[in-house]
Amino acid sequence: MSTVKLTVNGKAVAVDVEDRTLLVHVLRDHLNLTGTHVGCDTSQCGACVVHMDGRAVKSCTMLAGQADGASVTTIEGIAKGDELHPMQAAFRDNHGLQCGYCTPGMIMSAIDIVHRHGGQLDEATVRHELEGNICRCTGYHNIVKAVLDAAGRMKVSQAAE
Amino acid sequence: MGVEGIGARVVRKEDKRFITGKGRYVDDIKLLGMTHAHFIRSPHAHAKVKAIDSSAALKMPGVVAVLTGQQLVDDKVGNLICGWAITSKDGSPMKMGAWPAMAPETVRFVGQAVAVVIADSKNLARDAAEAVVVDYEELPAVADVHAAIKAGAPQLHPEAPGNQVYDWVIGDEGATDAAFAKAANVVKLDVTNNRLAPNAMEPRAAIADYDAAEEHFTLYTTSQNPHVARLVLSAFYNIAPEHKLRVIAPDVGGGFGSKIFIYPEEMVALWASKKVGRPVKWTGDRTEAFLTDAHGRDHVTHAEMAFDANNKITGLKVKTYANFGAYMSLFSSSVPTYLYATLLSGQYNIPAIHAEVVGVYTNTTPVDAYRGAGRPEASYLIERLMETAARQLKVDPAQLRRSNFITQFPHQTPVIMAYDTGDFNASLDAAMKAIDYAGFAARKAQAKSQGKLRGIGVSCYIEACGIAPSKAVGSLGAGVGLWESAEVRVNPVGTIEILTGSHSHGQGHETTFCQLVADRLGVPISQVSIVHGDTDKVQFGMGTYGSRSAAVGLTAILKAMEKMESKAKKIAAHALEASEADIVIENGEFKVTGTDKAIALPMVALAAYTAHNLPDGMEPGLKESAFYDPSNFTFPAGTYICELEVDPGTGKTSFVNFVAADDFGRLINPMIVEGQVHGGLVQGIGQALLEHAIYDANGQPVTASFMDYAMPRADDVPSFNLSHTTTLCPGNPLGIKGCGEAGAIGASAAVINAITDAIGKNNLEMPATPDRVWRTIHAA
Repeated sequence: MSTVKLTVNGKAVAVDVEDRTLLVHVLRDHLNLTGTHVGCDTSQCGACVVHMDGRAVKSCTMLAGQADGASVTTIEGIAKGDELHPMQAAFRDNHGLQCGYCTPGMIMSAIDIVHRHGGQLDEATVRHELEGNICRCTGYHNIVKAVLDAAGRMKVSQAAE
Repeated sequence: MGVEGIGARVVRKEDKRFITGKGRYVDDIKLLGMTHAHFIRSPHAHAKVKAIDSSAALKMPGVVAVLTGQQLVDDKVGNLICGWAITSKDGSPMKMGAWPAMAPETVRFVGQAVAVVIADSKNLARDAAEAVVVDYEELPAVADVHAAIKAGAPQLHPEAPGNQVYDWVIGDEGATDAAFAKAANVVKLDVTNNRLAPNAMEPRAAIADYDAAEEHFTLYTTSQNPHVARLVLSAFYNIAPEHKLRVIAPDVGGGFGSKIFIYPEEMVALWASKKVGRPVKWTGDRTEAFLTDAHGRDHVTHAEMAFDANNKITGLKVKTYANFGAYMSLFSSSVPTYLYATLLSGQYNIPAIHAEVVGVYTNTTPVDAYRGAGRPEASYLIERLMETAARQLKVDPAQLRRSNFITQFPHQTPVIMAYDTGDFNASLDAAMKAIDYAGFAARKAQAKSQGKLRGIGVSCYIEACGIAPSKAVGSLGAGVGLWESAEVRVNPVGTIEILTGSHSHGQGHETTFCQLVADRLGVPISQVSIVHGDTDKVQFGMGTYGSRSAAVGLTAILKAMEKMESKAKKIAAHALEASEADIVIENGEFKVTGTDKAIALPMVALAAYTAHNLPDGMEPGLKESAFYDPSNFTFPAGTYICELEVDPGTGKTSFVNFVAADDFGRLINPMIVEGQVHGGLVQGIGQALLEHAIYDANGQPVTASFMDYAMPRADDVPSFNLSHTTTLCPGNPLGIKGCGEAGAIGASAAVINAITDAIGKNNLEMPATPDRVWRTIHAA
């Protein structure tokens, strides 16, 4: 057993876990942040993507201990109160989700994609970058639309800040 | 239509919880004192279970129990059933091999459970499972249908000699033979419809909670049809009587058919919860999904089509071998028969059809309905045949289709279905225009100058949806009626709750069903709630599959609404001292037509519940229900055209354009309909290019994770160009046909027709991987 200290969605937490515990299980089972999902166990589907120190990571492929001391943001932590993150709003407005299971990971990956490309995105780039997130419902058409839409919205909201 | 009524692109009400991480799926639920189950599964495709030694596991800390198949037998828990009876051509019933939820004696596919460990945590259960020693005696196994029907093949079930489930026929053999005898041309084709793994993103899960004081079970489960689950668990599996079993399907992360069925894991969790006296949770991992979720497709077919001298189809002969896997899953028997062969007429006038389907057991995961269920196999076969015929007869493939289209409705096919309406020319025209079919030759030449092989492929699909009416499916062997129920509750403050037996696992019912209410009453959808997925709340329902929720489920809501509105009008007329016939409903008010007299819905509702001043003899309250059983299937149809390029050096396919023109009848929410089409198209494209659940000759699965099974990813597929043509379905008052499966039904043939057009060779099996395409290009 080890104690892992994290900042999750801005809040300091410490959890005692078995050394083999994965980050996703700390989030889901210990912190009750069940928005982060497990879809494949092999680091392929991206349903478990969260941000660690501002970078998208697959939380099913990291031991909790590897995240010790890090700042983790999950899907539950990106809206400002009732104000959705522009990526969340774009997924809703573009019907970028159906069953919702892959959605949190998609949104967390997509935010990272926009950040890494400085908002300069086209369809081919978005499709290539989303390779590590699998969706079985939407056929990706509206997810791609949502990410491109959000890239514009995020630029506007950054300019406003 | 109003901003939130029928036809409006209303943003989904349910989205907020999903985009903020507040969805509530089964694995998100924790109960006090909950234990965790881990199944011990066979590593062998076929073996005798000689002994199970759990003594070491039972000594491990946190282990509550290790339960085996023999204990299930001892407790008289029933075997899994198949709910659709099929009769072979010799009059004998289908041969159903016994399928216990955990195998006491013989395992017949890799992944079949033999025991379960119940422990305080998931990790402890998993650790303890490693310590359980199962002694297997391996038996010869067979995975391929042709190998399974050979003399001397390993035999799976004593009930099914020769591994044959059934040998079933449909159509008029004599008339078909006569058509072939007179044919000017005969086109022949062998096709394999590759086995697929459904792969909803949420793995299956179950939590069973037994209350010993009340002798009552609660089951949280990843189900598309919780009421059917309760019925089957009660009536056939001897778990508990229906009033002592509550089944809840909360948010469910995709289904595509795979969550229709009642699986061993739910049964075992319920039984184990009573045995250990604590709640039991099981959440599958992805490999368990590959091993145990019912697979789809897996047909091997030889077909021949007869043409007269004018290129009119005169006959069709089909022989299909359908791989059932090791056991008959819940609706498996109906998929390659009444959901497949009844659609073999496609969009075409075919005077004579004869089809024979041989169902075969193999040592593989059971096969059942997966998005489209039988109809993709039929559509793929017919559309590959039409393309093959066009090439052989040297006519334009679009024109060959057009000259054989059914244009008069209703149309009785030779294989049971009576198409009610359609306009196949309209959807073909729309798709050809959208892709600039006329300009293709120039684009092909241009691509050739750049060293690329460009091809175009047409697919004109039709499907039978709704999966109804009850009388018809009953006459064909279905074990249940396939109606839908609804209840409309107007609360005393005028808000509305709609209870439905349909289940949403991505389809957006919480929005579309509200749109009907908004349309009829003129109230905002924020005042309407949809209640579904809980047998304690909704009395009964048949669930969601077969593109049936709008055509059947929403019509049931309409019927209940009409009853509610009728009563509300009486109350309004009484309050306004007007004639009931003069009352109209507009903008949430009941108005006396031609006057300014009106009473708002909340006041009508309040009057219904205070009951201080109701018409004489009227019962208080404002709540109505309806059961709706449609008069026919619905027949969505359309044309998909795919244009792509093949790199002859690598065999890699790149999409240039993909257009879809669908006729779904009336659309409730076009945004949601388009989403359904996009998703279906990618499942069809996935089958055509990427996906294949592969077994080796000994029944070992080769593709049991996302590392091995190629799921379509964002950069594998294009964006789509969609359009709609409309003929309203005459079979239901809303004119809806359904849209959930069309994409998966029509897309794969369009892709393979395009690739084979590009490379100039007709024979190419799915999935058309670069390797396979390259080999086909360069084959002698």
